[in-house]
Amino acid sequence: MADAALTDPSARAKQRAPARADTSGTVVAWLLSAPAIIAYVLMLLAPALAMLMLAFTDFEFGARTFRWVGFANFAEMLGDRGAMAAVRNTAVYVLFVTPISIALGLLLAVLIDAGARGRTVFRAIFFLPVVSLTVAMAVAWQYILHPNIGPLNAALRMFGAPTPNWLASSEMVMISLGFIGVWENLGFNMVLFLAGLTAIPRDLYAAAEVDGAPGAWSRFWLVTWPMLGPTTLFVVTITTIRSIRVFDTVAILTQGGPNKASEVLLHTMYVEGFQFFRMGYSAAITMLFLAVVLVLMLIQTRLIERRVHYG
Amino acid sequence: MSGIVVTGVSKSFGSTRVLGGVSLDIASGEFVSLVGPSGCGKTTLMRIIAGLERPDSGRIEINQRDVTSIRAADRDVAMVFQNYALYPHLTVHQNISVPLVFRRLSAMERLPGVGRLVPGTGARRQEISALVRQSAGLLGLDELLARKPGQLSGGQRQRVALARAIVRQPKAFLMDEPLSNLDAALRVQTRKEIVEIHRRVGASTVYVTHDQSEAMTMSDRVAVMMGGDILQIATPEEIYANPVDLRVATFIGSPKINTQTAVVGDDGHVRVGHEPTGLSSPHRGVVTLAIRPEHLAPAASGQVGAGLSCSIDHVEFLGDSLLVHTRAAATSETMIVRIGGTNRAGLTRGATLTLGFNLTAALLFDAQGKRAAMEPTAVASAAAPERRVAHG
Repeated sequence: MADAALTDPSARAKQRAPARADTSGTVVAWLLSAPAIIAYVLMLLAPALAMLMLAFTDFEFGARTFRWVGFANFAEMLGDRGAMAAVRNTAVYVLFVTPISIALGLLLAVLIDAGARGRTVFRAIFFLPVVSLTVAMAVAWQYILHPNIGPLNAALRMFGAPTPNWLASSEMVMISLGFIGVWENLGFNMVLFLAGLTAIPRDLYAAAEVDGAPGAWSRFWLVTWPMLGPTTLFVVTITTIRSIRVFDTVAILTQGGPNKASEVLLHTMYVEGFQFFRMGYSAAITMLFLAVVLVLMLIQTRLIERRVHYG
Repeated sequence: MSGIVVTGVSKSFGSTRVLGGVSLDIASGEFVSLVGPSGCGKTTLMRIIAGLERPDSGRIEINQRDVTSIRAADRDVAMVFQNYALYPHLTVHQNISVPLVFRRLSAMERLPGVGRLVPGTGARRQEISALVRQSAGLLGLDELLARKPGQLSGGQRQRVALARAIVRQPKAFLMDEPLSNLDAALRVQTRKEIVEIHRRVGASTVYVTHDQSEAMTMSDRVAVMMGGDILQIATPEEIYANPVDLRVATFIGSPKINTQTAVVGDDGHVRVGHEPTGLSSPHRGVVTLAIRPEHLAPAASGQVGAGLSCSIDHVEFLGDSLLVHTRAAATSETMIVRIGGTNRAGLTRGATLTLGFNLTAALLFDAQGKRAAMEPTAVASAAAPERRVAHG
C-alpha cells in the first residue's frame, strides 16, 4: 500500500474513493475494447443477424418490399431436390476429403521430418496447391480430367483401362472433386503437422528408444501421435470447415452438375442468391451452413479438446 | 568385473570434434560422474554409451558384451533425462510401466483391446503392475500413480523418471544432469536419494553433471572432461588433492583454487614476483602455483620468507569460517583464504596480509598446465607455517 502510494499518485486517490476508481476502471476497459467490439459487431454480428432475419422473409434482391414468411424457406429446403442433394454431397465431400487429406498430410509430414535432406524442397512442392489460386488450378484440373484430350485418360487408355468422364458422369464427379479437394488441403495439413512435429521434445524419442520401443512404428504411437494431439485437433477442425466451404472447384468445373450430382451447399446458396436473386431462401441455406459449422465446432472443442491437452 | 568399458571413442559433428578418443572403464556397480563445463562432450559420451548416438570410432562394452553396433532399445540401459522426458499423455503408473511393457509383452499383446485376447497377457500385465508399484513405492510415489506428469512438481517428475529407470533393473544407469532443473534445497535432498537408490539397485551408473559439488559428493570416481577428453579420472579425494592438470584443479573445488604465476629460477627456487615461496622444483621457467584457500593462512608478520604479501579486497562471512579475498602485491592476482572461526580482527579492506601456505599441499603446474614436480626448500620450510590456521 505504501509502495503503491509512493510510486503512483493516483493509487492514493483510489484508496480514498474505491467506488469511483472501479467505475473509471470499467470505463477504460470498455474504451480499450471498443474498437474490437465495434469491428466485431459491424463485420460479423450485424451481417449474421441480418442474414438470420432474411432467412424468414421472401426478400428478393432489388425488390422494394418483403414479406415475413416464417419457416417457409426452411420447409421449401426440405422439399427441394437440389438443396437436399447439396447437403448430401457436401457431407460426402467432407467425409472423403477430411480423413484422407489429414492422413496423407500426417504421413508426408512424418516422412519429410524424418528425412535427412530435401525438407524445404518437399515442403514447397506439397504446399504449392495451397498458395496457388484455386480458380487457375481448377482450369488445369479441367484439362487433366478432360475425357478426350486430358492426360489422365490418355494414360489410362495406354493401359487399356476404362476412361470415365471424370467431371461429367454423376457416379464419378464427387470422387473427382474429392481428389481435387484432398490435393488442395494436403499441403496445408502437412505444414501444420510439420510445425507440430518440431514442437515435440527430442528427448521423448530418446526416452522411448532407451525404454525399448522396438521401431519407428511403436515410437510413433508412443510419442508422435499423442504429442500431436492438439495439432491434430486443430487440423481436423480447419480441414472440416475448409471442406464444408467447398465452392470454387464446383462453380468452375461442374456448376453443380451433371443433374445436381455435384451440387454443394455454398454453390446452391450462391445460385439461389446471386443468380435467381432469392435472398431469403439463400439466407436460409446459409443458416443451415452456419448451424452445421457451429455444431461441429462445439463437438470438437467440448468433447475432444479435453483429451488432447496434457498441461 | 567390468560394468561399462569405453575404448577410444571419438565423435565429430560436422567439423566440430566433440570427443577425441575417450576411454573409460567403469566397474560393475560403480558410480562414476562425468563432470565438466558445458560443451566438453560429457553428454555426447553418455548418449554414445546409451546407444542414442553412434561413435565415429571406438567401442562400447556393457557387461562384457560389445554393444557398439546395438541399438539403444536392445542395450538394456536406463536413462534419466535432464528435463525428465516423461510421456505427458500417460499416467505415472503407465509411464513407469513403459520399459516393462516393451520388454515383456509381444507386439500382439501390446495392442490395446486385442492384446487381452492373447492367453497369459493378463497375468503378465499384473506382474508388470506389481513391479511398477514396487519401484514407485521405493520413490514414495504410491499416491501419485493415477496422475499425469502435468499435475506433478519438478521433484515428483524427477522421481517418476527415476522409477521408470529402475523398474526393469537395467545393467547400467545413465543420468544426464538429472538435478539441474530442481531448486537448490530439493537438489541436495534428491542427491542423497539417488545415491541411496544406486546402493540398493547396484547397477553401474554414469552420472553427467556440470556441477562439481554433485560429482564430488555422489561418486565413487569422478571423470573430469574438457574439450572432448577425459583429463583425469579418480576418486573425489584424489581429484581434489592431486589434480594432474591445472584445468582439473581450477574446475574442482569451491571457492576456486588460487593460482599465482610463478617462476622457477636457475637455482630451482619457485618465486612469485621476487619473493621465494619456500618451494623448489626441477622444472625451469614460468609455472603456475596453485593453492587451495584452506591451505593458506595469515603468517605472523615480520617473518622473512614467510609467504606472499597481499592486500585485502573484502571478507565473506560463511558462518563457521571467513573467506578473505585478497590481491597479491607481486602479481595483482587474487588469492582467497579460508580462515576458520569468525574473528575479523585486522581483516579490514585495504589492510596488508602476509600469507603463508601449507607447502606440502601446494600444487605446481608447468606452462602446458601439467603437474610439475616440486618439494619444500629446506631453508624456507622452516619459516613457513605448516598449520592450517595461524590465528583467527
